[in-house]
Amino acid sequence: MKKFVSMLVCVLIFASLFAMTVSAADLITVGYAQIGAESDWRTANTESFKSTFTEENGFKLIFDDAQQKQENQIKAIRNFIQQEVDYIVLAPIVETGWETVLGEAKEAGIPVILSDRQIKVTDDSLYVAWVGGNFLQEGYNAVEWLDGYLKENGRENEDINIVLLQGTIGSSAQVGRTEGVEKLLADRPKYHLLAKQTGEFTQAKGQEVMESFLKSYDDIDVVIAENDDMGYGAMEAIKAAGKVPGKDIIMISYDSGRRAFEKVIAGELNVTVECNPLHGPRVAEIIKKLEAGETVDKIQYVDEGVFDIKNAAEILPTRTY
Amino acid sequence: MSKFIQKITRSQLFLPIVALILVLVFNVIKTPTFFKITIMNGTLYGFIIDIINRASELVILAIGMTVVVASSAGTDISVGAVAAVSAAIICYSLGPSQEAYQVPYLVGISLGLLGGVLCGIWNGFLVAKMKIQPMVATLILYTAGRGIAQLICAGQIIHVEKTDYRLLGSFLPGVPFPTPVFVAILVVFITWAMLRYTALGMYIQAVGINSKAGRLVGINSSMIIFLTYIYCGLCSGISGSIMSSRIAACDANNIGLNYELDAILAVALGGNSLGGGKFSLAGSVIGAITIQALTTSLYAMQVTADQLPIYKAIVVVIIVAIQSSEFKKWFSNLKRKHAIKAEAAS
Repeated sequence: MKKFVSMLVCVLIFASLFAMTVSAADLITVGYAQIGAESDWRTANTESFKSTFTEENGFKLIFDDAQQKQENQIKAIRNFIQQEVDYIVLAPIVETGWETVLGEAKEAGIPVILSDRQIKVTDDSLYVAWVGGNFLQEGYNAVEWLDGYLKENGRENEDINIVLLQGTIGSSAQVGRTEGVEKLLADRPKYHLLAKQTGEFTQAKGQEVMESFLKSYDDIDVVIAENDDMGYGAMEAIKAAGKVPGKDIIMISYDSGRRAFEKVIAGELNVTVECNPLHGPRVAEIIKKLEAGETVDKIQYVDEGVFDIKNAAEILPTRTY
Repeated sequence: MSKFIQKITRSQLFLPIVALILVLVFNVIKTPTFFKITIMNGTLYGFIIDIINRASELVILAIGMTVVVASSAGTDISVGAVAAVSAAIICYSLGPSQEAYQVPYLVGISLGLLGGVLCGIWNGFLVAKMKIQPMVATLILYTAGRGIAQLICAGQIIHVEKTDYRLLGSFLPGVPFPTPVFVAILVVFITWAMLRYTALGMYIQAVGINSKAGRLVGINSSMIIFLTYIYCGLCSGISGSIMSSRIAACDANNIGLNYELDAILAVALGGNSLGGGKFSLAGSVIGAITIQALTTSLYAMQVTADQLPIYKAIVVVIIVAIQSSEFKKWFSNLKRKHAIKAEAAS
C-alpha cells in the first residue's frame, strides 16, 4: 500500500512537471541583459521590453539588470544559456569583449539580438540582428531642422555661429551625432562651428562647458547639445550670462524625454531630436519573423522623430518617459 | 634678503602657489581676456569667477580629505559617492513640486548632511575601530554609495523645480559673488579656526605621525581618526548639496563622479604628504583651485575633448614632479655641481 502511494505521488509529480513544461513551451522565453537604470531613457527602454514581452503576447521575459558592469552581463548571458532560453537580447555596455560569451550562445543554438549600442566582433554571425537608433541620421536631423527653422524666420542668409556640446567621447551616440552634424555643416558655408567640447552627457558638465563657451565667444547663435541633460545645463549657463535660451540662442538637444517636451513648449528649447528607446516591439517583430523561419535584416533602425513647438504639445500626452 | 627668499622658497606653500600662478600666467598668453571680469545682471562674470565658483565643491572635499589623510595616513575614496547620497536625500525629501517643498528647505539640507555624517560614521567605524585599511574600508561606500543614491531616487533623476533651490549653487539676490564660494570660505574658516584654537590640529598631527606614540601620551587615537572621517563625511555632504543645487536635480550616477581622485590630487598638489602627519589646509585649497583653473583654462584655450585628459595629465605630472623630494635633491645636486665647475673654471 505504502509503495503504491509513493509511486502514485511520483507519477503525479512527473505528470505535473510535464504539464508545466508543456505550458511553458508554448511561450517563447527571452532573456534580456539590460545595462542598468542609468537614465530616464534607459528606464523607458526597460519598460518597453517589459510591456512587449508579456505572457499575453506569447513571451516569457527573464530580465537582468547588470548595474553598468560588463561582467554582470556576461554572467547573465551564461545563466540564460543554462536556462535554455529561446532568444537572448543584449544591450551591450561596451563595444568589445563579447566574442567568448556570444560564441557560447551560438554553440548552444540561441540567437542573440542586440539593442541600442553596437559591438565590435570579428565574426558577424555571433548576433542575428541589431536594433537601435541611427545616430548619424540624428546628426543630420538636427542640421536639417535648423535649415528649415532659419528659412522660416528669414535668417537663411545670415552667418550662423554654432557650438556643439558633445557626449562622452567614444560613445556611439557621440560619434554618430558629431559625425552627422559636422558632415552637414561642412556643406553649408554660412554655418560656422565655433567650438566643440564634451559635456559628458551630464547637466553639470554641460553647464560648465557652456559657461566657458559664452565667455570665449560673444555671438553664439546655436547650441547643439548631444543629449537633453546637457541642453538643460547650457540653458542655465545662458540665463546666467543674461541671455534668453530659445530666443537669443537657438537650442537643439537630443533624446526627447518628457521634460524636453515641456521645455520646448515653454520656449526654452527650440527642438529635441528623438532617440527612440522603445525597442521592444521591433525586437518582438524580429523574433516572430525568426520563429516563422524568415530571414531578418542585420541592422534595423527604429523610427525617430524631430519635435519642436509645432508638434510637441500634441505628442507630450503620449510620452510615457 | 637672501634669507627671506630662502624662507619663502622653503615654505610648503611656495611650490603650490607657483604652480597655480604658472597655470594662470600661461592663460594670459593664450587667452588675453582671461582675467576680464564684467558685471552681468548685477553679478560678476568672467573666467576667474568661474574658477573660484566651480572650485568650491572641490575645496570643501579637499578640506575633509586633508584631515583624513593627516590623521589616518590613508585616503577616503568614497567622498564622491557620499556626495551623491547626500544630494539624493536632499532632492528626495524636498520633492519635485514647483510651488512648495515637501519638507522645509533647512530640514531637507540637514537630512542630506546627516546622510553624509552617517556615511562618515560608517567609514570611521571601519577605519578607527575595526582597523581596516582606509582605502579598503572606504571602497565599500565608493561602490555601494551610488547604489544607495540610486535606490533613494528609484533610478531616476529627481528634478527640484522650485526656483530658490538653485540659490545655493548660483547667486543670492543682490550678491555679486556666487554662493558656493561663501560656503567654501565658511567651511575653510571654521575648519581652520577649529584646528588652530583647539588642540585638535595638534592631536591629528600627532596621531598621523605615530598613533601608538599618540596613545602613549594620552591621546585617544582611534577617536581622533573616527572624528576626522565623520568630518570628511560632512564635507562630502555639503559639497553634494552644492553640486545638486547647481543643476537643481540629483543625478545619482554623475554627481561627484571621480571627485575623490581630484580631492586626493588637491591634497597632494598642496604639498601635503599622503603619509599622514603634518598638513596644510591652505595647501589643499590652493591645490583644489589649481585643478579647477587647469580645467577652465583648457576649455578657454579650446582644447578638444579627446585631447583634454592628455594635457591635464602632463600638467599634473609636471606639478607633482617639481614637488617630489627626489627631484629637489637632483636639482640641488645639479646646482652644486654647476657651482663647483664654475669655481674650478675660475
